[in-house]
This record gives sequence, C-alpha cells and structure tokens, in this order.
Amino acid sequence: MSQIAFLLNGDLVRLNDVAPTTTLLDWLREERRLTGTKEGCNEGDCGACTVMVTDAGGTRALNACILFLPQLDGKAVRTVEGIGAPDGQLHPVQQAMVDHHGSQCGFCTPGFVVSMACAHLNGRRDFDDQLAGNLCRCTGYAPIVRAAEAAADQPVPEWMAEDLDQLAALENGAPDLLPETADQLAVWYEEHPDATLVAGATDVGLWVTKALRDLRPVAFLGGIAELKRIETGDDVVRIGAMATLTDVGEAVAPLHPDFAELIRRYGSVQVRNAATIGGNIANGSPIGDSPPALIALGAVLHLRKGDTRREIPLEDFFLDYGKQDRAPGEFVEAVSFPRQPDRLKCYKLSKRFDQDISAVCGCFNITVQDGVVAGARIAFGGLAGIPKRAAHVEAALTGQPWTLDSDAAAYGAWAQDFTPMTDMRASADYRLETARNMLTRYVLEDTGAAARVLEVTA
Amino acid sequence: MTVAKPLPHDAAVLHVTGAARYVDDIPAPAGTLSLAFGLSEVARGRIVSMDLDAVRAAEGVVAVMTAGDLPFANDVSPSPSPEPMLAEDEVFYLGQPLFCVVATSHLLARKAARLGKTVYEELPAILTIDEALAADSRFEGGPVVWSKGDVDPALAGATRVIEGSLEIGGQEHFYLESQAAMAWPQEGGDMLVMSSSQHPTEIQHKVAEALGKPMHAVRVEVRRMGGGFGGKESQGNALAVSCAVAAQLTGRPCRMRYDRDDDMVITGKRHDFRIAYRAGIDPEGRIQGVDFTQYCRCGWSQDLSLPVADRAMLHADNAYHLPAARITSHRLKTNTQSATAFRGFGGPQGMVGIERVLDHIAHELGEDPLEVRRRNFYRAARADGPGSAKRFGGAYSPKAADAETQTTPYHMPVEDFVLHDVVDALVDSSDYNARRAAIAEWNAANPILKKGIALTPVKFGISFTLTHLNQAGALVHVYQDGSIHMNHGGTEMGQGLFQKVAQVAASRFGVDVSKVKITATDTAKVPNTSATAASSGSDLNGMAVKAACDTIRDRMAEVIAAEHQADAASVRFEDGQVHVGGASYSFEEVAHQAYMARTSLSATGFYKTPKIVWDRINGQGRPFYYFAYGAAVTEVVLDTLTGENRILRADILHDAGASLNPALDIGQVEGGYVQGAGWLTMEELVWNGKGRLMTHAPSTYKIPACSDRPDVFNVALWDAGRNREDTIYRSKAVGEPPFMLGISAFLALSNAIEACGSAYPSLDAPATPEQILKTVMRVQAS
Repeated sequence: MSQIAFLLNGDLVRLNDVAPTTTLLDWLREERRLTGTKEGCNEGDCGACTVMVTDAGGTRALNACILFLPQLDGKAVRTVEGIGAPDGQLHPVQQAMVDHHGSQCGFCTPGFVVSMACAHLNGRRDFDDQLAGNLCRCTGYAPIVRAAEAAADQPVPEWMAEDLDQLAALENGAPDLLPETADQLAVWYEEHPDATLVAGATDVGLWVTKALRDLRPVAFLGGIAELKRIETGDDVVRIGAMATLTDVGEAVAPLHPDFAELIRRYGSVQVRNAATIGGNIANGSPIGDSPPALIALGAVLHLRKGDTRREIPLEDFFLDYGKQDRAPGEFVEAVSFPRQPDRLKCYKLSKRFDQDISAVCGCFNITVQDGVVAGARIAFGGLAGIPKRAAHVEAALTGQPWTLDSDAAAYGAWAQDFTPMTDMRASADYRLETARNMLTRYVLEDTGAAARVLEVTA
Repeated sequence: MTVAKPLPHDAAVLHVTGAARYVDDIPAPAGTLSLAFGLSEVARGRIVSMDLDAVRAAEGVVAVMTAGDLPFANDVSPSPSPEPMLAEDEVFYLGQPLFCVVATSHLLARKAARLGKTVYEELPAILTIDEALAADSRFEGGPVVWSKGDVDPALAGATRVIEGSLEIGGQEHFYLESQAAMAWPQEGGDMLVMSSSQHPTEIQHKVAEALGKPMHAVRVEVRRMGGGFGGKESQGNALAVSCAVAAQLTGRPCRMRYDRDDDMVITGKRHDFRIAYRAGIDPEGRIQGVDFTQYCRCGWSQDLSLPVADRAMLHADNAYHLPAARITSHRLKTNTQSATAFRGFGGPQGMVGIERVLDHIAHELGEDPLEVRRRNFYRAARADGPGSAKRFGGAYSPKAADAETQTTPYHMPVEDFVLHDVVDALVDSSDYNARRAAIAEWNAANPILKKGIALTPVKFGISFTLTHLNQAGALVHVYQDGSIHMNHGGTEMGQGLFQKVAQVAASRFGVDVSKVKITATDTAKVPNTSATAASSGSDLNGMAVKAACDTIRDRMAEVIAAEHQADAASVRFEDGQVHVGGASYSFEEVAHQAYMARTSLSATGFYKTPKIVWDRINGQGRPFYYFAYGAAVTEVVLDTLTGENRILRADILHDAGASLNPALDIGQVEGGYVQGAGWLTMEELVWNGKGRLMTHAPSTYKIPACSDRPDVFNVALWDAGRNREDTIYRSKAVGEPPFMLGISAFLALSNAIEACGSAYPSLDAPATPEQILKTVMRVQAS
C-alpha cells in the first residue's frame, strides 16, 4: 500500500502502509501519544475528539474518532496541542475558556477548544450551531458560550494561518486508495464490486468503531473534485455525490430555506463537514434527513456503473429497509432537482433539536392556486423502512381547498401510506399523529400563525 | 484572603491545552495490556455453557478470565450484599460481564470479547416496577415505612384530598470520560492502581480483597475524573479489580476503559421511580397530611440502592411543613443494570413527588402554585435561633426543637430555613408576577404554541446519611522554601474541589494560592477516605485541610514568636507575610527558620461532622448537619401539535452560604440546572421487552446540547448566604442541590399544558415531546 502525507500541528507526517481503517483518534493517542484529543463516544456524537482540518477548501472541524487516516492525505490537521502558539501562548479561545470558567471536568474541553478555534478562524458567531456537536455534561454550556463570545473579537493568531501555506508543498499520495476522478473510481469499483466506498465516513466509521468490521477493500472518494461540484442552473440544481452537507446547506439556503434549516439540524458541524449527500442517499437510512426533502422537490438520482449511467426518481432508489436499487459496482454520481418556486416545508421531529436522528422527518412541497391545492409532493423519513412518499395523502389533498378542513379530510389517507414502527425514538402512534399534525402546521403557517417553538423568545 | 475569590479551576489551563491527564492518557509502560468484558446477551438465565475457545484464539489475546479463574474474591459490591464481578452460574441482566479478555490492545480485546459463545437456560426476567411488585422481588424484605403524626385521621379530616401518581424516569450519567482504570504491578506483589473513581479507598479495599492482600499492599491514585456525578462512586470497581487481577496474573501493567456503548450497557444509572400520593388539604391548600408511596427500581444488585431510596424519603417534604406524613418505600429488584448513585442520590425523585403535589393542589384550587407553595413553607429561621451565628461553636442543644421550630417527617427540626427570603428576592429579580400574567395573555392569543412558567424551591439535606462516612483526613507539608504540598481524601471530578480546598489552605497560611501544590488523591497519603459524594467534598476536606494547616501554622508561629518574645497567638499570617511584634517576614523566611529550628512542618488534619444522629430503621433523628437552599423560575414554550418544547428563560437564586469560590459555585448551579432539566425532559432510557437497553449511546440517548440551555439564563448566588452551622468559612455544599432546580422546567411544561384544557396534566417524566403531546391531547379532551 502506498504512502499518505499530511501536516500534524505544522509538522509533515508521511505514513507507509497504514491500515486504511485506522482512525485518526486511535493513531493520535496510541502512536503519537497526543492524548489531548479524547475519546468520548467513538461514534461522532460527542465532539470530544474534534480536530481542525485545513485544505484548499478551508478550515473545518471534524470528529477524529470516525476519520480514517487516508482521508487526511494532503491536508493539515491541528489537534488541541496545536491550537496554542508553539511558545505556549494560549489561543484567544483558550484564554477565554479559562477566564470564563468554561471547563469543569475538562474532558470535553479540548474538543470545544478546537471547535471554537475553527469557528473563530472562520468568523462564525452562531455558537449554538457551531458547538452543537460538542457535548458537555458539567457546565450547562453557558460559560462556554460566554467564552466564545468574548474571544470572537480577538484577531486570529498568526500561527493559525500557516497551515495553508505549507499545504502547497504536499504532493498527492495514494491513487489506489484515493481515486482522483470519477472515471478512475468507475473502473476500480467495477473491478471490486464488493468494496466499501468511503465518502465522509460518518456512517461507515461506525461499522469499524462499533461493529468492529473489516471493510477491505476500500476506496476513499474525498479526492474526486468533480463529484463535489454543486451546480445551480436556471432549470436544475445538480449536487455531486461528494458534496458535504455543509456545502449543500449553503447552496440550498437561498432556494429553499426550510431545506437549509433541516440541514442545519442534520448531525453537527463536525458531521456535516464530513457527511456527503451521496453517502446520505446511498446508505439507505430509513430516516434521511435529506432524502425526504429531495423527494418532495422531485429529485432525480444519477447512478453510474463503469461507463453506464442511469437516472431514476430518488424515491424509486429506496426499495425496502436496507435495500436499494443499486447494482454491484454501481455508485451515486449526483442528485438533481428542478428549480421551482419555494413551497417546501421541512419538519424534523426529535427528542433534541440539534444532532439527533429524526423520529419523524416530514417534507411537504405543496403548491396552492386560488386557495386550492394544485400539487402535492410529500415525503417522510421515520415512518417506514425507507424514505417514502405519502401518495394517498397527496391524492386526497390535490384539488381540495387549502384549509384545515381538507387537512382533516386527508386524515384517513395517512394510515394507507404509513404503518410506522415503535422504537426508542418514538411510538408508532406518535409518529402517525405528528405526521398528520405537520400538515396542520403547514396550513396554519400559511395563515401566519406562530407554529415553531424555535422562533419564540421569552 | 484567597477564600471567596472567583479563581479559575485549578487545572483550567491544562484543560484548554489538552495537557490535563486522565487515566487513559497516562503513558503506559511497554507491554501494557488492555482488557474488555464479554457480556451477557440475556436478562436472566442459568449459564449452561461458555465456549471461549475462539476468544482465546483471537489475535492479540494473552489471557481470558472467568469467575472461576479469579484467585480470591469475585465481589465488587460497595455494600454488604455481594455483587459478583464476573457472572458465576446465573446472569441477572443483559450486559452483565461474563468473562474478561486480556489482550495486547484495546481494539483487539474488544474484538475478542465478542467471540464468546454462551448457552443460557433463559428464566423469566423481571424488568419493570409492576413485574417486580407482582413477583414480590425486592431488597430489604418488605417496604420501609416512616411516619410522623397521624396520617389517616389527617386525610379523613381534610377539606379535600388530592390524589395522583407519576412516573419518573432514570438517567444515564454520561460523564464524558467513560470508566477507566490501570493497574501496575510493583515489587513484592504490591499493586499501584490509577482509577477514574470518586472513591479511591473503596477501589483499594476491593482490589486488596481480589488479590488476597491487606489494604497496605494496594495504593490507589486519582488525579482527576472526566466527570463523575455519582456514576464513579461504585461503578469503577469492576475495572480496577479486573486490571489488578490481570496484572497479577500476567505480571504486566493492565488498563481498561469501557467503550461508550459498553459503559452505558454495563453500568448503573439513576433510579427510576413511581410515586403515588394522597394529600389532605385545608381550604387554603395547606397540607394537613400526606401519604406517599415510592416505588424505586433498583436493578439486579443492591449497590447503593438502600441509601438512595432513604434519601428519596428524606426529601419527600422538600421545603414544606407536613404536619402528618407517611412515606412508604419499595426497593424493587429487577433484571436491569444496578441503579446507582447519581447527583442528588434519590433526593431529586423524592422532591419531584412533593413538588408535584403542590402543583396539583394549586391546580385544583385555581391558584398560583407559588402562593400555595409559600403557604406550605416551613417557618423561617429565627435570627437568633438555634444554629445561628450567636451560638457559634456551641454544643447542640435539645432545646433547639422548641415550640416554634417545625420538624421534618423524620423528626428533624428545620432551624435554618431561608426560602422565604430567597423566593421573595427571586420573584422580584425574575419579574415573576408580571411574566405570569403576560404568559396567560400570550397563550390566549396563540392557538398552537403555549408558554408556561414555574417557580420551584430546593431544600437539600447535607451529610452522608450513613453517619460514619462524615469524616475526612488531610496531609499538608510546608517545605523549607515555603512552598506547600496539599493532599486530602476528596477527588476532583470537575467540581473545583481541589481549588476550593487550596484556597482554604492558602488562606490559613496567608499566602497566594499559587504557593499551594494540589496533588492527586492517594490512599497512601490519606487513608480511609469516604467517597467524594453527597456534596460533602469541600465541607469535609476543607475542614480537614484547615486543621492540618493550622497545626503547622501554630508551630511556625511558636518559632517566630519565641524569637521575638511575643505571644504565639498574636502572630498573623497575611499577604504572604508573617507579622510578629512590629516585625514582618516573608512566609518563606519563616518556613526556613522553622526548619532550622527543627520544627515539624508536616501535619495531618482530621474532621468529623458534628451534631448528626440518625436511626434509618425508624426514620428518626438528625441525619443532616444543615440544609442547602435555592430556587428557580423557568419559562418554557411548547408546540401542541408535536410536543416539541424549549426553555426560554431561567432565573436562579442559590444559597451557597459564604461561597468559597463564587465562580466555581455558579458553575455548579448552571451545570446542575441544565443536567436536572435534561433528566426531566429529553433524557429517556428505553429498554425493550427482553431487557436490552436500546438507548446505549449518544446517538439514541440525548443529553442537553448547547442550544438547549435557556436562552436567557440569570444565575446568582444569594448575597445574604451564610451557613448558620460552623462549616468551612460558613460556606455551603453546592454539588447536588442545584440539580433539583431543574424541576422548575418540568413543572413549567406542565403549566403550559394546563393552558390546553381544564384537567390537571399529570405529566410524567421525562417530558419528551411524545410524552408532552400525549398529555396535551388528554387535557384537550377534558
């Protein structure tokens, strides 16, 4: 196996024959004895292992516990040990955390410090979102946010800017692990149809850290620039499979704000920075969260195997729980949806607002003309084994007046579309009840009623 | 004086740079082995066979231990009732450790641990409170009953009787650092253990038993934990003991940390409860008598469940005078994780019970719950009353329980009740009355979203209810250069104990806190320590350190006084100087002089809490030295279509006495509130019908995240706070009490639901969106 190279706290690291599913966290702690980066959950949910990763696309926070070493090829990594100056001077966010009593037990603190340093570097002040992927059990977060606010006006320390200059010197490493074009991937995957394709590893990572599986052979798709492209055309929006949820969120915000808001609550900053739209679709999660929104927008999935390409409505890709319409050696190249007036509402229901898998994710694209429903595309995650359209409800609504009455008239259609299950997230009854109520919420929102607790203040 | 300064946590700079070392960060010697447990796959059954061949053959495996391989005790119980570390013939919960893999890496140990093939003869598992009651599966034979006054006549004579019942879910600790330990064999068969534990002495005791050695052969060191919250009081025993036994077996250092999922599946959590109540009231809503039945799900082993259940009974009154009360406590044994200590230790559950009663009474009377609460408050402490400053240092007098002092259901006089003043101040600062009116208006104008508000008080008893635990030791050295080494039996889990106690030491010597070296808790320095638990850390260890410092200081004073023909009592230690007669010397000079004069500059200190006497069988006495107080107002909004909800604002006024460090104390209050609110709202533990915990990782078990803290969060310590008892600098314990301020969030949600109809919501906890929607629909139908 070939060599990978990256910068670690400013120093060049070259690794030969590294096991491809070694996580950065294990390598830092066990091989480098850089124990500042902590293991809190080993599944990307707590942020104690947050590291700063820089490449030409910018600086992002990522979870080291589900980040495989080959994903770092050609990038610069900073751990908490590399956030302060080489001479020991504290970064402004570190000093603020001390001054504002932002640490108690201190175990989550390195992860917070790195997330805060990333936000600081990127000029972000939406701290509730920037820190949603870092759990703290001691402080109740208030002093941490106070610290982040206090540091926000301090200049970015000069030593934080050095990584980008040095990156240019890194040559690219390992084409067998890391294809650089979609064509290379197509050839290789056709030859290795049993291989695991690793996009952002926010799901596949857990196959390694929790299911303890051996994934070989693997290919890492992070180096394929053409698959990351997002094209907002006059008629169609086409999103490359390797576009991260962070990038997708930014791209859809001006078109469909509710889709962007759904993505804001998808995972956390660290997860959205790694997770890709293609991975989110291809892994066939029954929940989504992006498939329900995309289905409601009438999305088309672009699949490729070797030189053969095909397009299918996204909802047709999901056949059954854990089963997708994807041939061995075939991969997702892109997803696209038509430009349209924004009538999309996305309602994500979970026990916690941030970084929680939906119990129910309802996406409604309902067009109304002269008070009558002219068209309805409604799709749900969490109500079936797959992301699924509410075909009976759509039919019951279409042609009806857009009022609470027709909402009530569709009541019986819900049970024709969905027989949800009961699990640790919610009961079947609750899922169906709230799915119905989401439609009510949409009608009410159209009348101007306040119906979102996130928009209320004391 | 260093005491009362808002200094940062002693390790703050180490925390933010990643240099603070936790157990798994300790550089291990070459050849160190890693451990992992193989776990039971059924909730209850007899082990027919265990095939571990594949485990032994797996890559990296050095040894595999089963119960039969342990040389001495197979017991990690913190109580007199045994608790096997590795299952013997029978398993009692799904996730119980069956065998222990010793391998060359953490990952290889985890992989191998999954290869065991165990055949069980499954037995019917008892999982729920109802199943345990039906099977009469319990600890302590029958229920424990404590009473005061004549409850039945009080209920019969009451104007009205309010009845109800509520479910209160458990809670996962979710300390960010999972359980971890390391054992390093020493010469002559001795063992050095590093453990993430709140109770090093118990680790020492259990390791010694497992190795068949006296306690002096085992040294346990704890520098810090990445969070504890009670979850590391007893639950770390199995890791430390396994490491020590494996280290003895292999002759190599051994370490173990639980993967998060293993941690959540193996270790105990907060006890879930059902509390049924009948309260008789007069026309103004004053309680005449109350009958509580508390059902407490303890899990498979006794662990700390008896004192937890006791403390739930001890807080069944919270802040309210109950002229007649009967509290019946069922300690139920189930085939689930053994519920254990968790911040508040049963107190929160008991307190939710009575707060629910007050809320229910107010609803039935159509009054502001705050007014009903005030009417039921204990009488305010008298300015010159027992325990007041005027009797500073005086012996406890039985006359204290004079005619004016009301007593708790366990017959303890409440002498220090300050909640009238605290609540008045909070009502003003939070603008409670105006906001309550504004919320009613807002609700009238909003059909879908509803707001709610609630003010709830906390009165929490301070002391271990097992009286002998209320002791602490310290060891202090002053070196000849004037630097100070401080050690005590308390452990640091993030609460800032080390810094608070260092501030005490610095104050006694009149030096800056930087002169005091804080050192890891070490059973070889201070023996026979109690767990750092029950909020007792600074009360006990602060006093022990003070005693040690004063011993050394008095010796130094004698040396310097003798040279000046002055009275030793007139020597003052201030601002880094020692003043004697008209002369002043630096502390360093005096330390050196004392050394030259052949004076011992090392001393132990010891403290035991005065005044406490407790008969737990009959529920009578004075289990607590004093009470800590606080109050919170929470405002919430919820969505009647989905049950989604948020905390919009919280205002808190908390009594930390004369705070040793207001910054650290406010940190405990803020963090405790959010953790308490999380317990009663979004944190939900779900077991399936087979007894498998389905919420075993942060992907499925949701603790509050950053945006879940209140939008507006006003937290203050009560300015007038001062402990009436002679505690360290008149401070009050602050670890657990603020947790229960989160009850206001739960009752604010209930208050919002009241806007949906006429019925009392009878909301169960945790109030997840689903629970709220269900309750909203029931109230709407009324």
